[in-house]
Amino acid sequence: MDFSVLLQDIPTLLVVIIGVPVVLVGYIVGAEFLVRRLPDKNRPQVRPWIWVGPALVMVALFLFIPAIATFIQSFQDNHSNFVGFQNYATQLAGFPSSPTWIAIRNSIIIWLILYMILVLTFGLIMAVLFDRVQYETLVKSLIFMPMAISSVASGVIWKFMYWYQPAGSPQTGTMNAIVTFFHHDPVAWLQDQWPNGLAILNNLALITVATWGLTGFSMVILSAALKGIPGELLEAARVDGAGEITIFRRVIFPLMMPTIVVVGTTLVIFAIKVFDVPYVMTNGNFNTDVLALRMYNLLYLSHNNAAAAAVAIVLLIAVVPVLIFNLRQFRAVEARR
Amino acid sequence: MSVAAAGHLESTAAVGSLPWIAQRIQRILLHAAVVLLTLMWVIPTVGLLVSSFRPSAQIITTGWWTALTIPFQFTLQNYQDMLAQSNMGTAIFNSFMVSIPSTVIPVTIAAFAAYAFAWMKFPARDWIFLAFVGLLAVPLQLTFVPVLSFFVAHGIVPDNLSSIGLPPWVGLWLAHAGYGLPFSTYLLANFFRQLPSDLFESAEIDGAGTLTVFFRIVLPLSVPAIASLIIFQFLWVWNDLLVALIYVGGAQEVAPLTVSLANLTNSLGQGYQLLTAAAFFSMVVPLVVFLSLQRYFVRGILAGSVKG
Amino acid sequence: MRSSSVRRALVVSIASVLTLVACGTSSSTNAGTIHFLGVWSGAEQASWFAVLKPFEDSTGIKVSYEASRDQDAILTSTVAAGNPPDVAGAPSPQLLSQFAKQGKLIPLNNAVDMTALQANTAPSWIKLGEPLNDGKLYQIFAWGAVKGLIWYDPKNFQAKGYNVPKSYDDLTALQSQIKGSGTTPWCVTVESGSATGWPASDWLKEIVLSQSGPDVYDKWVAGTQKWSSPEIKQAFTTFGSILGPSGGNVYGGPQYAVATNFGDVGTPMFTNPPKCYMLNQASFITSFFTSANPALTPGTDFNFFPLPDINPQFAGAHVVAGDSFAMFKDTPQARKLMQYLTTADAQTIWVKRGGKLAVNKQVSLDSYPDALSKESAQIIVTTTIGKYDATDQMPADMKAAAWADLVKFIQNQGQLNSLLAHLDSVQATAYHS
Repeated sequence: MDFSVLLQDIPTLLVVIIGVPVVLVGYIVGAEFLVRRLPDKNRPQVRPWIWVGPALVMVALFLFIPAIATFIQSFQDNHSNFVGFQNYATQLAGFPSSPTWIAIRNSIIIWLILYMILVLTFGLIMAVLFDRVQYETLVKSLIFMPMAISSVASGVIWKFMYWYQPAGSPQTGTMNAIVTFFHHDPVAWLQDQWPNGLAILNNLALITVATWGLTGFSMVILSAALKGIPGELLEAARVDGAGEITIFRRVIFPLMMPTIVVVGTTLVIFAIKVFDVPYVMTNGNFNTDVLALRMYNLLYLSHNNAAAAAVAIVLLIAVVPVLIFNLRQFRAVEARR
Repeated sequence: MSVAAAGHLESTAAVGSLPWIAQRIQRILLHAAVVLLTLMWVIPTVGLLVSSFRPSAQIITTGWWTALTIPFQFTLQNYQDMLAQSNMGTAIFNSFMVSIPSTVIPVTIAAFAAYAFAWMKFPARDWIFLAFVGLLAVPLQLTFVPVLSFFVAHGIVPDNLSSIGLPPWVGLWLAHAGYGLPFSTYLLANFFRQLPSDLFESAEIDGAGTLTVFFRIVLPLSVPAIASLIIFQFLWVWNDLLVALIYVGGAQEVAPLTVSLANLTNSLGQGYQLLTAAAFFSMVVPLVVFLSLQRYFVRGILAGSVKG
Repeated sequence: MRSSSVRRALVVSIASVLTLVACGTSSSTNAGTIHFLGVWSGAEQASWFAVLKPFEDSTGIKVSYEASRDQDAILTSTVAAGNPPDVAGAPSPQLLSQFAKQGKLIPLNNAVDMTALQANTAPSWIKLGEPLNDGKLYQIFAWGAVKGLIWYDPKNFQAKGYNVPKSYDDLTALQSQIKGSGTTPWCVTVESGSATGWPASDWLKEIVLSQSGPDVYDKWVAGTQKWSSPEIKQAFTTFGSILGPSGGNVYGGPQYAVATNFGDVGTPMFTNPPKCYMLNQASFITSFFTSANPALTPGTDFNFFPLPDINPQFAGAHVVAGDSFAMFKDTPQARKLMQYLTTADAQTIWVKRGGKLAVNKQVSLDSYPDALSKESAQIIVTTTIGKYDATDQMPADMKAAAWADLVKFIQNQGQLNSLLAHLDSVQATAYHS
């Protein structure tokens, strides 16, 4: 291994580490300086745009414009002729067993519900329980570790977990070793479409992988919110003789609610656009296809941009209810203060 | 802090009394639950760790737990083979060059925007904010062609950037920043919004300007949120493969560590046992980032400043 | 105070940008660079670099190489955005042919020595590089592999007194004999991540070619032979008879076959006692055998025989596959590289390192590292009916559907008719996008 390069280029690294923040802070300080020169009554009109401006420009450029282009594309064929709802009709034909409907079912029902509930519940339980033990940093790091593993490597890890050998042979996968220990036949976790071809089992096997990988995320954010609850508040409740469960229900949970909404919203969106785990582990075979993977395959395998755009818009529309819920939530917070 | 809270819990009842026993049992159950949860989570990783020290022939034929019995047959071969890649030093350097600005830029810009969303009034504010959250759902693959076309049209491609003396990763930084902004802004705005409003009122009475409020009050009070955001943004960029391949390509001089590690196996997937070692190798830096930011997750940062 | 801090910030930021400028300008001049996007990584990447070394040394041209298994996504995006690599190398011609149809590739007729190419390469390889049939060459092939090789352990055959089958009837007889002795005759595993199912498609196209001949095969590739036609359906049922009723001829049954990676296919064959006696895989599989079990030696521990001819009328038919190269930007450096890759000198380098068979006939058979690879190289050179991998030439949609439906077929052969109907419907649209 050649680490000399690393040392040699350290100055460049330092310039970037210092230069980038300096430019960013320089922007806001400089812009505020200019705003102050404006007449008093114009300042409140200009100032917000100074602060949201850079984010607005970047999000517009990297996400919003491509999203609009996709929206337009979804009403065109691959030669830019307007075709109305043709792409949607093609993709949404054949309910309920066409590939797109299977992807919709998996993404918007199975993944959305199970993934969000599992990650949120485990994250909340961990944040609250770990807060009460001295070795908090250690256990948190262990839970966080899967987040630091790339999707390819976690594919290898779960290959060791789900490995299948025929009944009678020694099992090489952890899960099947446990299952056969209890005298059950080994299970092909990723291929078995139990029950009756509905493919709940193998989708759950994929969701398990993703849950294992992302629980560290919800744990860390919920833990940060938990730490934000002032200790005096909790102690006051304890002095009043409240039990730990009551304290959680009456004090901790309500105060954490806004953060739980944020994490929940993020998880819903992650669930709807999940891609990595099914891509690496099954590529959507065995009825495990999801919307983002379907879109990817239409885009890069079929080179059918129009169809991919329609699937992407279906995916984006699925997010709308969550947005409406959020709008109400933060208007409520606004009204309270 | 957690330790203080735990200590407090144990000191409320006399030793040997019924409440004391009840509390003891509670403590034991708590520890059991913590250990059980953690065990559930580490088993897959332990399996990988053990496998990373096993010869490839054995990985295929026997379960990893069989390696834990005598005779031990462990080897460092997987790690040696992985590190033997000639360009590891460059790859690690590139990963830092990609990850640090790609974290700093979106977190800073998101903090500016989140402050405005949380505490300033402007037309269509809530709708713009909602759009930010909604854009989190945009599958990145859709953006590759339009964004790359924009970069090509404006010369923000590695060859051209190098020739005018800028780092070749500028386009990648901007792209990662753009992709990271919706989540960053959403998370920070939520935290900023929960700050008590009397803080701002009193600051205004003291004649503090917007900049002072932002740098002296908002940021310090949101340290746990910012720390967790830095962890995630850094992590996502550090582990990214596809976005880097699109915007800077996989040539050794510019490619991050993930590219080198993905190339450990051959095109048919052979040699995946090297990935077991690689997984632990690439995990080190994110874990260090996580641990070093851990100390900002402490209770009491908001102490004395909350109306309740 | 405030204004001075602003000024300081501005000065520092300008200074940092200037320093960046100073740091960045250090690239040395040379005879030019070629941006190359390929798929070879790991051990293959080392072989690829060995091939490039004499080229870089003699011309001074630097090849900036990047490899990715997400080649489809990267090439599609960068080509559409107007920033393609100079040259790309792909494991199958389909993706690059697609770009030829979009007019994104540079014809190679003036880049490579066509006379030498025509003299040294089988016409079918050249025709494969002309996807528009307009006499313009868009792709060249350098290395390949032979498919349809049946691998076995000679020691196992000897112990049981089995003979290498000479005809397809011998093969089915042997299959029943092994089955009768209480062991599954075959190892079949088809899991391959995002390409799951392709090893089963190898079986299918070898059967189609050997059973119904090159004309049916070509029509099938071109999308004019329906999947539900008697010929293709017969190939499926023949494959089904290899698998046996409910997959009973295959070690571990259908569950194991679809759940296990194709690279692990040989593991049960080399256990004692063996759990299967034969497997069908291309010439590259030997490296998987030896990396899983370094004690195995070619020839004594494993050997192969070509899948026997099913229909004697099409005797000696073989399915081959290969690495193709195409040029996206017309630079003098890229032209030189394309020409270099067609030469026997370039191809010999990788051949000697093992794992690939040369397309250029001038590469000496003595260059092959062992008897087995020499034997498979001979098949590539002497085959009378050599056909390129069918699914790799079909549109990606068709290919993906074929892989997925073959997996379903392994799981439940009873649904053959509905699978073929589905493949027909994909065929009806996939060729027109």
